[in-house]
Amino acid sequence: MPMAAEDIVQLIKAGIPDAEVEIHDLAGDGDHYAATVISPAFAGKSKIQQHQMVYGALGGRMGGVLHALKLTTMAQRP
Amino acid sequence: MSEPQVFERIRDEITKNDVLLFMKGTPVFPQCGFSAAVVEVLSDLGVKFHGINILVDPELRQGIKDFSQWPTIPQLYVKGEFVGGCDIVREMAETGELATFLKEKGVALSSAA
Repeated sequence: MPMAAEDIVQLIKAGIPDAEVEIHDLAGDGDHYAATVISPAFAGKSKIQQHQMVYGALGGRMGGVLHALKLTTMAQRP
Repeated sequence: MSEPQVFERIRDEITKNDVLLFMKGTPVFPQCGFSAAVVEVLSDLGVKFHGINILVDPELRQGIKDFSQWPTIPQLYVKGEFVGGCDIVREMAETGELATFLKEKGVALSSAA
């Protein structure tokens, strides 16, 4: 079952309050997304921990209703 | 709450196999684009790895997600350590970090990288 891009962005921002989120619908099917999440909350955390924070914000939807989310995380803009 | 029995199996597998990929399908015939991408990265580096097809093992399919606290497949383990899923492994390969990491872990690479 697809998920709207707007919902994904809102969930991430709710879970990581100061996050900037950019999202692209890769296949145009509402099921394959790429997201870049930038938040100072990631500073000093490993990539695994950063991605886990985003998955946490998505509250179990990742791997369920949300099939594919290509994730890039960073603490600040490069 | 006691831990799921499947964790014992997972620990056994990640101890036995230096480079282990939990994936959808097999290294020769991946059945998901993300699993295929990690297989390609490892093959490009010339890394010998063992693949476990979680599609044929429902207990393991859920178990590995709980074990790693990671919601998606594929998942790469090196010397018992969880390295990441498709995005992290691909990013590490692009920056050259993956080759360095594998060498540090004492994993043989057969490519020039």
